[in-house]
Amino acid sequence: MKLNRRTVVAGALAAPFLARPGFGQAKGSVLRVIPHADLKNIDPIWTTAYISRNHGYMVYDALFAMDGSLKPQPQMVDKWETSADGKTWTFVLRDGLSFHDGKPVTAADCAASLVRWGKRDAMGQLMFTAVDTVSGRDAKTLEIKLTRPYGLLIDSIAKISSNVPFIMPKAIAETDPFKQIESAVGSGPFIFRKEQWVPGSKVVYEKFKDYVPRKEATSGAAGAKLAKVDRVEWLYIPDPTTCMNALMSGEVDYYEQVPGDLAPILAKAPGVKIEVLDPIGSQGMMRFNHLVGPTNNPLVRRAIMHAVNQKEVLAAAVGNPDYYHECESIYPCGSPLETKAGADLVFPPSIDAAKKLLKEAGYKGEKTVILQPTDIPVSSAFALVVGKACRDIGMNVDVQAMDWSSITSRRAKKDPVDQGGWNMFPTWWIGGDLLNPLSNASLVADPTKAWPGWPTDQKLEDLRAAFAAANGIDAQKKAAADVQRRSIEIGTAVNLGIFFVPVGYRDNVKGMIPSPVQFFWNMEKVSA
Amino acid sequence: MLTFILKRALSTIPVMGVVALTVFLLLRLSPGDPASVIAGDYATAEQIAKIRTQLGLDQPIFIQFAHWLGDLMRGDLGVSIFSNLPVTTLIGQRIEPTLMLALTTIVFSVVVAVPLGVLAAWKAHTWVDRAVMVFAVVGFSVPVFVMGYFLIYGFALGLHWFPVQGYRSPFSEPGQFVSHITLPTLALSAIYIALIARITRASVLEVLEEDYIRTARAKGQAEIKVLLRHALGNAAVPIVTVIGLGVAFLIGGVVVTESVFNIPGLGRLVVDAILKRDYPIIQGLILFFSFLYIALNLVIDIAYTVLDPRIRY
Repeated sequence: MKLNRRTVVAGALAAPFLARPGFGQAKGSVLRVIPHADLKNIDPIWTTAYISRNHGYMVYDALFAMDGSLKPQPQMVDKWETSADGKTWTFVLRDGLSFHDGKPVTAADCAASLVRWGKRDAMGQLMFTAVDTVSGRDAKTLEIKLTRPYGLLIDSIAKISSNVPFIMPKAIAETDPFKQIESAVGSGPFIFRKEQWVPGSKVVYEKFKDYVPRKEATSGAAGAKLAKVDRVEWLYIPDPTTCMNALMSGEVDYYEQVPGDLAPILAKAPGVKIEVLDPIGSQGMMRFNHLVGPTNNPLVRRAIMHAVNQKEVLAAAVGNPDYYHECESIYPCGSPLETKAGADLVFPPSIDAAKKLLKEAGYKGEKTVILQPTDIPVSSAFALVVGKACRDIGMNVDVQAMDWSSITSRRAKKDPVDQGGWNMFPTWWIGGDLLNPLSNASLVADPTKAWPGWPTDQKLEDLRAAFAAANGIDAQKKAAADVQRRSIEIGTAVNLGIFFVPVGYRDNVKGMIPSPVQFFWNMEKVSA
Repeated sequence: MLTFILKRALSTIPVMGVVALTVFLLLRLSPGDPASVIAGDYATAEQIAKIRTQLGLDQPIFIQFAHWLGDLMRGDLGVSIFSNLPVTTLIGQRIEPTLMLALTTIVFSVVVAVPLGVLAAWKAHTWVDRAVMVFAVVGFSVPVFVMGYFLIYGFALGLHWFPVQGYRSPFSEPGQFVSHITLPTLALSAIYIALIARITRASVLEVLEEDYIRTARAKGQAEIKVLLRHALGNAAVPIVTVIGLGVAFLIGGVVVTESVFNIPGLGRLVVDAILKRDYPIIQGLILFFSFLYIALNLVIDIAYTVLDPRIRY
């Protein structure tokens, strides 16, 4: 190009307006992330939203945490012991723990935090049925006294997904658990900058310079939490194509959940990498209503479970076979309690066997209502494919389209289908939520406490209680297998298989942690 | 005139009252429950009930309405159920990007569309006229998100002239503001350029047939003066009406552009709130939009009197 005076002047005038990656943005080590959702509230105990849980991991620390093999490891705790009768547990906090306001973390803070968590979280509530008192014996020693031995105490307080028992200052932790906390003062590796929070757009975290990481290597939620960037910005972008374009242009560094259809494009884009970090994936589920016909008939439920082909469901919902696989276990395949117990009742899928079961059930063409959440593409596809499977075996199916918020209120209805009731709704859970019979909401079979669907089965409840009391991994595996067999017998939900959501990132981003949950410590941006 | 303005200002009160009541009732009677969304999948019916109580959603609808109206009278639009932040704060955070996008779009549209429309009318039934009308049809027909992605692929990812997404404030980063607002403005302007150009053409064409235009030409006035002073001046009322309505539609209807270019404006705020059933935000924003519509209509009515001295209230 020939340079003349006019070109130079035009270039000089245009220069401030031209875009370059990162131009006009804060200097220094800033990790710009597109999170999977918008952070709408900052209380990870008040809500089970995954994005609030991820916020919790940035800001707070926990007593124990799951490592990369999904085994509990001490995190804020230095050492711990249990009494000979298994009813008194003492935990000594490690040195150097302090909150973002500079105050030291005490056992009283931990006790108040556990109590609040125990009032909201399902595993916490169960654990607290065995808890007599939780108190600080001294500033650094937490004591939990039980009314009976509880084998899953450590597993419960080490749980990896919502609600995680994050430790907050006592004054904040004493907030009514049904009311949101107003400030996010934690002792985790990053400080939340509330004044810079723009809901629907931007969340800012800054490195907590006084955080004392553990000495052990980083592993899952456990080990050293090393904040390697000065600042992490969550830039919520609702449109997936815009997310993809922003990553390709280098305006963001990391895209937490890349939709399956965009992954091949990003995989070929220069300077961008695609990877699955979640070792166990997420599990699809079609929940039955046990109170309303025709799904109040166990044989009808079993027939539907037999008719559904996970491969067809996942092909429609996810598309790319690299990102899904079939799994006959209700505990995610690859997780410690994976089992095939009872799977032969409904696997392999068979339309003929399902038709036979439906005939045995005495099904006479009653309308079957499936709720379809059109604003959640994966779940929406689940509803359509399961609906087709039901039609294939001769059922009269009515798939009703609505948004997820409508489903959350509609599914609470216990009325018959012609009065606004329902028979099935689809959803999915990250594997970290389904690791055991206590954290898996679909397995609660006490109708006063159950998730919508309301199965009533004392045997399943007894088996879950037996799991809670089981000591050691072998006993837990056996108890978990018994629970699975019973859950398939009574048909709590259709298992729709496992799918994975890859992350996308610029090739100068390093240090991602393989885990069912997204963490941002250990991540850094290196020079090319 | 002052009496007219006062009367119109007072008439907004019952209109806003009806809007407030309608919005409130529609939201409460439509399916969806924020307490269930908040409680999550593990919650028991008892826990959901506790959250409903905390949020005041267990009270009879008329009591909820009375509380909301009472707060409204004090200028308090309430607090978001999910973020716990005041609705006024949330609107304050989001209003600038939306207003700026609306402003740049309408200014750009007017600057391009009015001359195009006048040109098309002046050269009516020639290739120039047809070219402008073809452009107008294309502008109407291409959805804004298609236009947006087309511009992004061409000018952001291809030529790297502009960023893909985001917003910067003109008050703190004027250069970056221009860089970030250019593509959204171009994408959103297409339809308004088409609309305003067509209306301008039709209005000017009608005026060009009038006796006073013939008289002006007979007096030997320059054609440009005839067009701009006599024709455009007298054709201005319908054009201003369309521009005014365009501004009103822009403020309430930029959600697609805001999504494609990731502009954190009011359109996205209202869509997010509807999906989550965040009642205070939805109510506050719809009231706000209604107020804007009424205010803009008033401004348009006043503009008529300036543009056409025959109009008096």
